[in-house]
Amino acid sequence: MADVKTYLREWAMPHVLCPGCAHGIVMRGFLDAIDQLQIDQDKVAVVAGIGCSSRIVGYIDFCTLHGTHGRAPAFATGLKLARPDLHVMVITGDGDGLAIGGNHLIHAARRNIDMTVMLLNNSIYGMTGGQAAPTTPAGAVASTTPAGNTEPNFDACKLMIGAGASFVARVLAANPIEMSKVIADGVRHPGFSFIEIISDCPEYYGRYNKVGGGAEMLTWMARRDAGVAVPLSEKKFVEHVPSSPVPTGLTTGVLERDIRPVFTGVRKQEPQ
Amino acid sequence: MSEAQLIQGNEACARGALAAGCNFYGGYPITPSSEIAEHMVRMLPDAGGVFVQMEDEIASLAAVIGASLAGSKAMTATSGPGFSLMQEHIGFAVMAEVPCVVVNVMRGGPSTGLPTSPSQGDVMQARWGTHGDHPAIVLAPSSVGEVFDLTVRAFNLAERFRTPVILLYDEVIGHTRESVQLPEKVEIVDRVRPDGDAADFLPKAADATGVPPLPAFGDGYRFHVTGLSHDERGFPTDDGHVAGALLDRIHTKVSDYEDEITAAETFMLDDAEVALFAYGIVGRSAREAVLRSRDAGIKAGLIRPTTLWPFPSQQVAAAAAQVDKVIVAEMNLGQMIGEVERATAGQAEVVGHMRADGEPITPSELVGVVSAGGGGGH
Repeated sequence: MADVKTYLREWAMPHVLCPGCAHGIVMRGFLDAIDQLQIDQDKVAVVAGIGCSSRIVGYIDFCTLHGTHGRAPAFATGLKLARPDLHVMVITGDGDGLAIGGNHLIHAARRNIDMTVMLLNNSIYGMTGGQAAPTTPAGAVASTTPAGNTEPNFDACKLMIGAGASFVARVLAANPIEMSKVIADGVRHPGFSFIEIISDCPEYYGRYNKVGGGAEMLTWMARRDAGVAVPLSEKKFVEHVPSSPVPTGLTTGVLERDIRPVFTGVRKQEPQ
Repeated sequence: MSEAQLIQGNEACARGALAAGCNFYGGYPITPSSEIAEHMVRMLPDAGGVFVQMEDEIASLAAVIGASLAGSKAMTATSGPGFSLMQEHIGFAVMAEVPCVVVNVMRGGPSTGLPTSPSQGDVMQARWGTHGDHPAIVLAPSSVGEVFDLTVRAFNLAERFRTPVILLYDEVIGHTRESVQLPEKVEIVDRVRPDGDAADFLPKAADATGVPPLPAFGDGYRFHVTGLSHDERGFPTDDGHVAGALLDRIHTKVSDYEDEITAAETFMLDDAEVALFAYGIVGRSAREAVLRSRDAGIKAGLIRPTTLWPFPSQQVAAAAAQVDKVIVAEMNLGQMIGEVERATAGQAEVVGHMRADGEPITPSELVGVVSAGGGGGH
């Protein structure tokens, strides 16, 4: 593994993430990917929204834009179109990217702008105190679903494939080596790449659903020991807490990879 | 000056933007501003710029901010409903100190309101629309030629003060075609960029001007940009002293130069007994009303601000000192009149003439108001 200190703002530490939160592993995995790619550090711009995952951009030593809730893909669009020489990446969360920012995410995917979006899915709103997210599995307890979530949850990767993303992958924070490789693949991909990274929130999701701390959650994640899909008609599901934030049948790896025209804005075309 | 040409207000805006060096436009269609986008997409690529139609107005201003941080001079244009959506990022641009220009071609509101009719209902939203304490620079042209000039000025002020600047005009000005002679060359102001060692760079450390230098992303200065309260390193903090000092600086960097930012035209005020206060298209009607009132033997004059915010208090106070009465005419239910009263400070009687029914205020209407001694309207 690379020495990633070069890419860290050590002066900004300690970070805001909770003990057991896998977002730190993801940050490390991302920096490993950048190191594998040997990209000029000055040419990397990382845009984030609001939430726990988005706070990562404060600690990494690139040009970093901590924008508004859900709008990171839109900021990143302007940045990339104005400066095509930059490697533009987005770090977002499941609430940020799929609830308030869903519209921006699908349109960035549809345009096939050359950027990489890493969506850290911990199945809950962490920063605001554990409210249900569009990714919270049915039946799971959150501070706004004390009797269990009665809404179905998004499959972020299916959504992105449907929206036209030309590279879609899902990886686990519990598997950091694969995660780094897939992030690097996504950055190399010419066009819009989307990587859902299954992370955890022991502080809220783990505690509310009595599924253990960070280590336990990562272990379940790695084993894909899931059992969430309890039919809503079974009243008992209220007591039945899921054993993992990873839904049953979750597939990981690269799910979509296609070469399509990349949108670079309406601009004067350079002669070929 | 170029030859005289017949162009629309919204086209003049696009041309002014290009003359000012705008090289990024991000927008979303909305009546009555859409022609700005339609002209920009035709002209911008040949000028070396980039155009993008975004998925909504929130995204439009986000893209503009992203482009500005990448070193572009960037703008968007919209109308009331879209302007409401942009408030989030106007606040972000204030806090992160990102130069950009937002054009609001006002239509009747609230909500979807009167999409194809003029209004001046957004003048307070332009000042206070985004949450939190913030400065605002808002310009208000009265003619097609002035749209061009003030669009250039909007970019120059945005670059100089590292802040969003709002250009506010109404549907009539946006859609009116007038013969104008556009200048071939305009004065252009560019943001100050840092020239020191990147390792020592403090992105939010300002000199006596109060405006920190702003490098472009990708130019070797690696820095953090956030809408959270932050220190000179640009890093979030909840230290009250630091947060308070940042907010103070964000205000004083504008308020210290108010004299240079505010502008108001006066017309026949020297011997006037009654002054009309009007801006935008109403300023045109008011000017004509002054002439007609004088024909009828009433000593009328006009004060017409082209900067609405910061409010030209000194100019208004000076005008009020000369007259017995100030008649504020605006196409809303009474928004700038409060500022006029404040600036007048009892030196003259202030009365209002308002309407918010989608019809422009006409010269004859104002002549009637002046001869009747002011006041009234809807």
